[in-house]
Amino acid sequence: MTIKEIYKTMSYGPAPESAAQANAFLDAHNRQFDLFINGEWQKPSSAAYFDTFNPSNKKALAKIAEANAQDVNAAVEAAQKALPDWVALGGHQRARYLYALARQVQKHSRLFAVLETMDNGKPIRETRDIDIPLVARHFYHHAGWAQLMATELRDYKEVGVIGQIIPWNFPLLMLAWKIAPALAMGNTVVLKPAEYTPLTALLFAEMCRNVGLPKGVVNIVTGDGKTGAALTQHEGVQKIAFTGSTEVGKIIRKTIAGSGKKLSLELGGKSPFIVFEDADLDSVVEGIVDAIWFNQGQVCCAGSRLLAQESIAEKLYSKIKTRMESLIVGNPLDKCIDMGAIVDKVQLKTIDELVKQGITEGNTIWQPSWACPTEGYFYPPTLFTDVSPASKIAHEEIFGPVLVAMSFRSHKEAVALANNTRYGLAASLWTENINLALDMAPQLKAGTVWINSTNLFDAASGFGGYRESGFGREGGKEGLYEYVKPKIEDSLMDTPIFPPIIDQPTAHNQQLVAIDRTTKMYIGGKQARPDNGYSNRIHNRVGKTIGEVSDGSRKDIRNAVEAAHASAWAGMTGHARAQVLYYIAENLAIRKAEFANRLVQMLNHTEGAACSEVEQAIERIYTYAAFADKYDGAAHSTVQRHVTLAMPEAIGVLGIVCPEESPLLGFVSTVMPALAMGNHVVVVPSESFPFSATDFYQILDTSDVPAGAVNIVTGKKEDLAFELAKHYNVDGLWYFGTKEGSQKVEALATDSMKRTWVNYGKCRDWSDDKQGSGELFLRQATQIKNIWIPYGA
Amino acid sequence: MRNKRTELTINHLERNDGVPFDASWFENSQINRSAIERRTSSLGGRRTVKKEYQAAWLLKAISCIDLTTLAGDDTRGNVIRLCAKAQSPVRHDLLEAMDMTDEPIQVGAVCVYHNLISFAKEALEGSNIPIAAVSTGFPAGKISLEDKITEIKKSVAAGATEIDIVISRDLVIESKWQELYDEVALCRKACGEAHMKTILATGEISTLTKVAKASMVSMMAGSDFIKTSTGKESVNATLPVSLVMIRMIRDYYERTGLKVGYKPAGGIQKAKQALDWLILMKEELGNDWLNPELFRFGASSLLGDIERQLEHFVTGAYSAGYRHPMA
Repeated sequence: MTIKEIYKTMSYGPAPESAAQANAFLDAHNRQFDLFINGEWQKPSSAAYFDTFNPSNKKALAKIAEANAQDVNAAVEAAQKALPDWVALGGHQRARYLYALARQVQKHSRLFAVLETMDNGKPIRETRDIDIPLVARHFYHHAGWAQLMATELRDYKEVGVIGQIIPWNFPLLMLAWKIAPALAMGNTVVLKPAEYTPLTALLFAEMCRNVGLPKGVVNIVTGDGKTGAALTQHEGVQKIAFTGSTEVGKIIRKTIAGSGKKLSLELGGKSPFIVFEDADLDSVVEGIVDAIWFNQGQVCCAGSRLLAQESIAEKLYSKIKTRMESLIVGNPLDKCIDMGAIVDKVQLKTIDELVKQGITEGNTIWQPSWACPTEGYFYPPTLFTDVSPASKIAHEEIFGPVLVAMSFRSHKEAVALANNTRYGLAASLWTENINLALDMAPQLKAGTVWINSTNLFDAASGFGGYRESGFGREGGKEGLYEYVKPKIEDSLMDTPIFPPIIDQPTAHNQQLVAIDRTTKMYIGGKQARPDNGYSNRIHNRVGKTIGEVSDGSRKDIRNAVEAAHASAWAGMTGHARAQVLYYIAENLAIRKAEFANRLVQMLNHTEGAACSEVEQAIERIYTYAAFADKYDGAAHSTVQRHVTLAMPEAIGVLGIVCPEESPLLGFVSTVMPALAMGNHVVVVPSESFPFSATDFYQILDTSDVPAGAVNIVTGKKEDLAFELAKHYNVDGLWYFGTKEGSQKVEALATDSMKRTWVNYGKCRDWSDDKQGSGELFLRQATQIKNIWIPYGA
Repeated sequence: MRNKRTELTINHLERNDGVPFDASWFENSQINRSAIERRTSSLGGRRTVKKEYQAAWLLKAISCIDLTTLAGDDTRGNVIRLCAKAQSPVRHDLLEAMDMTDEPIQVGAVCVYHNLISFAKEALEGSNIPIAAVSTGFPAGKISLEDKITEIKKSVAAGATEIDIVISRDLVIESKWQELYDEVALCRKACGEAHMKTILATGEISTLTKVAKASMVSMMAGSDFIKTSTGKESVNATLPVSLVMIRMIRDYYERTGLKVGYKPAGGIQKAKQALDWLILMKEELGNDWLNPELFRFGASSLLGDIERQLEHFVTGAYSAGYRHPMA
């Protein structure tokens, strides 16, 4: 066009970023990449290569090595070999390497950005202004954590070799989220980039060489799902960190169940974007653009479900449509576009099919009048209105530029609709009323809540899911715990501690015939008989029958879970919960002798040992009463003019399967931290020695504990544990039992994606404060929600 | 298409005569500053114009400049020079190189104090460049309403066809919206045929929400343009404030079908900034607002930077200020 014509039409025109340097990089490698193992480029043992494409023009960019199990093994061995020296190097030296990597990313930022855009199809604006700066920021931030590990995480150590599997939607950023914290905490890694988008990871491998990173600390193995499977199954890997689909996340979890491998999963989402009538609607529209048309909607935390208050819904839809009309889809290297290409034809097909289904289901579709380019994999921004929660597009993750909208009538309904999902990754809510915003944020089941904003990320803030969006956090101090383990784990034992049996139990040679005591269960604040009407006989350690206990079954678990959900406990303040816990301690102290006698009766040990266990139980209750109002969150230092609150929230309904040993102290040490943090618990006490727990409900009854906060179901421990593990309405499960039981609990918990904490058959010394109490228990009883609150009038 | 600009103004653009005061149009307005800033700070990364597109857009920017001098030492001499520059803002050889000689590239208006109107009128004789006069006790507005009306009438009588009024900031600070409406409406009446640009002095309004409300009230009272600043406040035109004001223009247009113009003023000195504003206008309001009927820059040194950028486009070499005739 001539200048004169442009002067009249005032159109934008092309503004392409040059691909020359990125092409030169690919050419320098003859457009073929090997595996990065032990600091060297190594040919794949299969000699197989696959192509990676530019989705905006369907042209092959390079050939990528396909790693098989043998290559993965070589990479894991390299990482194992590198581990001791990397740990021994210490925090400061590791900080220097991470700092150097951050610098490398900055120095080559445009090359990374262009390469990422070519491989992935996302706009150069996003790689240049968002992805790559966040990558550098992540390495800087974690250089700092490496420096501070010795002082800030003094009770923790590295996990070992970490297997990391990352997705194609933020290839280099996800690499940074995985590698930076792992290296900072002294681990070595084997990382598998996504099959569609391996190039920036391979460029990063070069950066590792540039900074002289010790060989084997970072290994990069390319390939498809089989490569990933080989990595997850490898016995030399101590932890798997996975970001990707919920479907694959579940497969991984099931595969490694019981292996003792740590696991963090960042999975799918169908995040609500909630608009209240007093929101700044024009700003909301731009928020929607950044929520669902960012990276073509291929974002796990995309605000893909628009919930608009009825009073403004139509107005908002109309504004969104106007805005959609001016969006530009085009060459992702063009600096003047809003949306690039969908990553691959497979993904494009998925999107297309789901949209077609949405139409078939009778939802109202709207797309802008203009057409997408045809030479690559493009899809237009799409809006569905009047969507019913029952239709597939309302609950299935589309992972494309498709927004589904529905309206709500009341605040309560907004929360209900927002939480009407199996996912829980993020939520965005828009209102100018801070009272409303801060009332809503804690009610949303999501790991991140953005108030009047969306898709904000920072290395100092944790990111991760609730429910089937996975568990574990990335970023912030909370994210570090995924890459460390408590030092005390090394001193856990293979067998439980029981005190020695003494010949003559002192307890109660009663002359009279004792009144038969009926030990019931405790559900919803009431004593309850077992649903099946059976009881089990309980013997002491020398084989004498000492009583009978209800044989709880799955129906009792069902009742207990229902009662737990109905409890008012979580709504109480930390101070109020502390008061109740102190009261419990007080009442236990009054009945100290009775509880000590019970221990002697069951365990046939000395009165001294029994008294000491009761004393310790009282002290431990004090500990968690003290913590109830002190396990604070943090105000993270993220981006300008934002408060980012990291709030520890209770897991919800938590199943606790107590250890066999220390029947009183084991019960108290697990139940009290869970209660202190506001969980409602369903407890399965020691199967062999249940009476300390069943006696305890009389204490609960007299200590102002709200009904349903603690529910006790006695019976066959493993069966009850597995029932809890399967139960979809149980949010978390702690299991202190056998190795086999641990494996089964983890496997059964897979589908509901509940948080589990199992002991893999290792035993704690509950009388040791380091093993039997502390911050670890509180962390397991909570999950962090990050709430982003921007401000400014 | 825009050659006969004055005709266009008269024939095609329905003038905003205002509407009765209705607080419900703005009392629930809520502006979220962080979201506004996110939009304006990321826009430069989302839209850009390069090469011949940039040249054409910069020429358009020139056509939207209210070439301004508002200094204590203004004399007939510098006003005459300014008016000459207004009529041929770009070197002829540059226009030739861009094949733009048959497009009358000239600025949107010349903007002066009241007592310099006559010199401007003399200098602009025969051109169709409007003369804008700042009025109503510019810049502070601390004179009586009576005097404001008198001042407007005098300026119109002296030959100003555009009047840039300042509002009483105290009315905004005290949320006296009806009073503000009445004041602006009276000014508008005094303007008669002359177009009225209403300066909000946003640097002295503490919240964006109040900027939004003041914008709406000013439009309801019949402003042809709303304008950010006098250029004399410590904070002048900013993109966030502009975004708020032009979204209110859009709102007013959606309610009434009337298009109100926008004029950011003060601190816009670089060609790059001018492009940022044009992009903002295009994105939020569309192409209709990319011409001098509905968009003006209040600027004095902006033109110089644009000239240098245009020469760079033509020659490929970075330019120097002395190569372009001064105003």
